[in-house]
Amino acid sequence: MRELPRTITEAAQKLRAHEVSAVELADAFLEAAAADPNNAWLRLEPDHARAQAAAADARLKIADAPVLTGVPWACKDIIGTKGIITTAASRILEGYTPAYSATVVVRLDESGAVMLGKTNLDEFAMGSSNENSAYGPVRNPWDPTRVPGGSSGGSAAAVAAGQAIFALGTDTGGSIRQPGALSGVVGMKPTYGRVPRYGVIAFASSLDQVGPLTNSVEDAAIVCEALFGIDPHDATTIDRPVDVRRDLDAGVKGLRLGIPREYFTPTGVEPGVTAAIRAAIAQFEKLGAEIVDVSLPSTDKGLAVYYIVQPSEASANLARYDGVRYGLRVAGKDLVDTYRKTRGAGFGPEVKRRLILGTYALSAGYHDAYYVKAQKVRTVIKREFDAVFEKVDALITPTSPTVAFPIGSKANDPLQMYLNDVFTLPVNIAGLPGLSMPCGLSEGLPVGLQIIANSYEERMLFRVAAAFEAATEHHRQRPMKDRAA
Amino acid sequence: MTTIDRARVQHVAGLARIALTDDELDRFTGQLQVILAAIEQLNDVDTSAVPASASVLPLLNVMREDEPRPSLPVEVVLAQAPDREGDLFRVQASLEERPDA
Repeated sequence: MRELPRTITEAAQKLRAHEVSAVELADAFLEAAAADPNNAWLRLEPDHARAQAAAADARLKIADAPVLTGVPWACKDIIGTKGIITTAASRILEGYTPAYSATVVVRLDESGAVMLGKTNLDEFAMGSSNENSAYGPVRNPWDPTRVPGGSSGGSAAAVAAGQAIFALGTDTGGSIRQPGALSGVVGMKPTYGRVPRYGVIAFASSLDQVGPLTNSVEDAAIVCEALFGIDPHDATTIDRPVDVRRDLDAGVKGLRLGIPREYFTPTGVEPGVTAAIRAAIAQFEKLGAEIVDVSLPSTDKGLAVYYIVQPSEASANLARYDGVRYGLRVAGKDLVDTYRKTRGAGFGPEVKRRLILGTYALSAGYHDAYYVKAQKVRTVIKREFDAVFEKVDALITPTSPTVAFPIGSKANDPLQMYLNDVFTLPVNIAGLPGLSMPCGLSEGLPVGLQIIANSYEERMLFRVAAAFEAATEHHRQRPMKDRAA
Repeated sequence: MTTIDRARVQHVAGLARIALTDDELDRFTGQLQVILAAIEQLNDVDTSAVPASASVLPLLNVMREDEPRPSLPVEVVLAQAPDREGDLFRVQASLEERPDA
């Protein structure tokens, strides 16, 4: 093959024109992934991929194969895959092989997509740089001395480097959108309840959603249509229409786009990021959108809410890793000592820090002051978004205050690291859909534009994003070849 | 709210069943103090008339019939166990017989 396809739409067209078979496509991507210099993959599964590709080729001979049939993808290693090791990038799950697949994997299997392997991440998805993996950091394809973002850093790097056509990530406070921004790809978090979480290793259950990382807006919408929909195994899934691609060509003329001023005032937003976002806003105006100044006054309280709610939920979810039923066991002098030693040895520092923080926030005497208070401020933040969406169709913000930063530069300062997600985590707190897409470069590195829509309004989200993509060339920017190699 | 000291970090790590080294205890205490200081700003928000949100979903309870359904085979589940005895997970005794009882 001269050049590998970058998008689902391009691959689907080549497969149907018989320019390439699914098996040839899988082999070409497996080869590219095997040569990855960025530690994006924890495991490649060539036999599994070739078997799925052979089945896809058979299916493509029949007329009505779904658009994802034969399309190679990468799976974040926090999403359970039957018979294929799933570690959450943690020592405590080293060698763990799930007995069943997550619903999202089942749905992609049924759509004919070809899973190439499992991608690296921050341990249990706790991080914004992919430096917290027990299996080593991921490097950014744009500059290998820098982080790709996190926690879905391996998924973002694999898609950015052309080693997979799309990837799945999970987003609890920005873990799809922020690595999407820092690695120069599209990253999308659906409305809470859109995508079944069954079989996905739980982190913070009221915030977690699975979503796609892709090289185009339309691709993200295609993957969403395959993932969305009610699942009897997840009682938090919502039954709503899933045809989110319908308005991709509708444009933004006459739409009202809100610019929340709090996302432009905090110190620490790099001037190059602000400049790229301002240019994008001007572009939307040129395309006929009405730009509306709005206020979300409690934005700066989001971080505090998030760092109570999220570690609290995590401390409950991660209680299951006790060395009894699966995973690592380090024997101690009695059963409680075995728990302590197993968890002390099996979890990395960031996970321990958050479990201690969450346990503290839930402990007797602190529960009301921290956990209940944070849940109340969560209500305040949600109501502010509700009020703003009475006035506008979507919001435009930066995804991250900075471009990709050097590996190691924030590793010893957790609070600085947490501030990476200051613009993405309010979206999880309110359960809204959000998308990051490339909108230019600053210092030679990608800047992400975040679009936020009201709950279940993914069709509007993709409409706005598609209009920007169609009018600009930013999504054609690629990591420099000599750097990526 | 109050700040957290080394003894409390050690106590909470015990509640979370996590063994920490002395070095981790020192490092985490300082880092958690910084994080909790940032969280203090929750007190700036007046929430006297605001309900708590555990979830953003417009759902209360989702009910279904309580009917037996197939579950995973015992052998598949136990295959991942660090230690087993027959069809059981094997762990250390949590209750010992006291000789004076």
